[in-house]
Amino acid sequence: MLEKAFVGGRKYWIWMAFLLGVIGLGFIMYLWQWRYGLGLTGMGRDVSWGFYIAQFTYLVGVAASGVMVVLPCYIHNYKPFAKVTILGEFLAVAAVTMCLMFILVDLGRVDRLLNMILHPTPNSILFWDMVVLNVYLFLNIFIGWVALSAERKDVPPPHWIKPFIYISIPWAFSIHTVTAFLYAGLPGRHFWLTAIMAARFLASAFCSGPALLIVFCLIVRKVTKFDPGKDQIRTLGGIVAYAMILNVFFFLLEIFTAFYSQIPGHMHSFIYLFRGLEGHARLVPWMWTFVVFAVAALVLLIVPATRRKLDTLLVGCVCVIIATWIDKGLGLVIGGFTPNPLGKVVEYWPTGPEFLISLGVWATGVLILTALYKIAISVREEAGIYKA
Amino acid sequence: MVIKVRNCPADCHACIDACDYVHNIPDAEKMPSPRHEIKWIWQDEYKHAFPDQQHEYVEERLKKLPFLLLCNHCDNPPCVRVCPTKATFKREDGIVMMDQHRCIGCRFCMAACPYGSRSFNWVDPRPYIEKQYPEYPIRVRGVVEKCTFCAERLAIGKIPACVEACQNEAKKHGREPALVFGDLEDPESEVRKLLRSHYTIRRKPQLGTGPQIYYIV
Repeated sequence: MLEKAFVGGRKYWIWMAFLLGVIGLGFIMYLWQWRYGLGLTGMGRDVSWGFYIAQFTYLVGVAASGVMVVLPCYIHNYKPFAKVTILGEFLAVAAVTMCLMFILVDLGRVDRLLNMILHPTPNSILFWDMVVLNVYLFLNIFIGWVALSAERKDVPPPHWIKPFIYISIPWAFSIHTVTAFLYAGLPGRHFWLTAIMAARFLASAFCSGPALLIVFCLIVRKVTKFDPGKDQIRTLGGIVAYAMILNVFFFLLEIFTAFYSQIPGHMHSFIYLFRGLEGHARLVPWMWTFVVFAVAALVLLIVPATRRKLDTLLVGCVCVIIATWIDKGLGLVIGGFTPNPLGKVVEYWPTGPEFLISLGVWATGVLILTALYKIAISVREEAGIYKA
Repeated sequence: MVIKVRNCPADCHACIDACDYVHNIPDAEKMPSPRHEIKWIWQDEYKHAFPDQQHEYVEERLKKLPFLLLCNHCDNPPCVRVCPTKATFKREDGIVMMDQHRCIGCRFCMAACPYGSRSFNWVDPRPYIEKQYPEYPIRVRGVVEKCTFCAERLAIGKIPACVEACQNEAKKHGREPALVFGDLEDPESEVRKLLRSHYTIRRKPQLGTGPQIYYIV
């Protein structure tokens, strides 16, 4: 089936060439970082994780959200989703690949990566994150490929694939729970030291991932002969609505605990993010943008008329994507490190090369996603599952 | 270790200079950015050393005193708990060690340390080392490092470089040294005697890390 990624029209090749260009640029910047060290980024001794780890965290959520199409299909027997599970699984593949790449570019000594396996350390959450992410990647490639191969031959998927599908459901929850544990178990980082961190991560994952999936479904509808189905997209819209409500609710719970208790350590990061601390306010415009988009998303998704209409649903989903990306892809990591353990504010902002390396990783993910979607859709177009 | 803050003059940097020299620590002022600074032992104000104890009416004397900050060699170290390769580990004698040859540079330990005691080599440190000390390895870029209580000196029966420098400087000026190093398990050690007879404070003891640097203020 792989050959289907290598045949395509002019637009397909222009798109792929563009992505390869961005990847190439990112790779050149990475070589520079390789030679010079991570000092090329905006990170430092106070904000020691930055844009890379934040993108990683956001994308683990996107990866986990594949379960939001698999679960209704296989546990609730909601058959219409059978058409879109493959899109969810392949989105997960692209997202996990980007996650792993963001970890790699963030390592100081990537050449010693195998030390993680040569000296396995079960008390480190990072060890478990490596295990769950790699297994999840394997599960999604495997399940997606087997299902698609069966579809190509016009036969039902083999029965032995079922256990893998059932395992993949709790596994999706595990990847984001373990990723939350990376943060939630650190003494002295009050912003992260919260028992609902994993719950927040899952809520934000289950709105941002399906929102992306809706956008991709609408694109697929427009540029190919395959239609994921209006009903399916609308059902996904409902999932995004519920998850976004939960996501915002959990966020407000954090605000309550911090500000009603008035414990300084719990309030400081929020103050830094939303009002600025000691004259440092670089993230303030971003965080209020997050608030505006989150509110807009909630309105568009809760009002039934705008949720059902595909145009307004698309706008709502884009709002969700922007809001969750700012929250997790910027605020969470930078806010957690500010102020530093000595109570000082040292600001962080990614540098140009750091941003281009990140863009390169994103482009790699989009390239993988495009190729995988191309394969899936070509198989369907061949099988004659045209617009339903 | 016990630090007698009263005996530590603000203008004395003997311990810091000694440590920087014997560990080939790059000169912060020469480095491209203050973000990249490597610190094993350094001075800071009371309000930053003990942010939870800070208040408006704090004793004038405390405001001016320098507080020496270094790795707390925690009894229950979060950095060791999170390290994915055992590159940082706790020795039987309580020293929290760092293997710079195993470290993959993930910086999870830096996120976990509630004292800001860990430094990462954001760039190659070699060009910024004022005077090289050939007996101690120079680190490569991309690994984490921190105070090791001079494990390499303890192994040959010497005391940590900072403590030795403090003693020499104190003798020169006819005062008591500020840094006292010893075995906390030995009830007859000088550190235990000091702890028995003085009120001491530790940094962020409420986090359960069990910091092993005690301050007499």
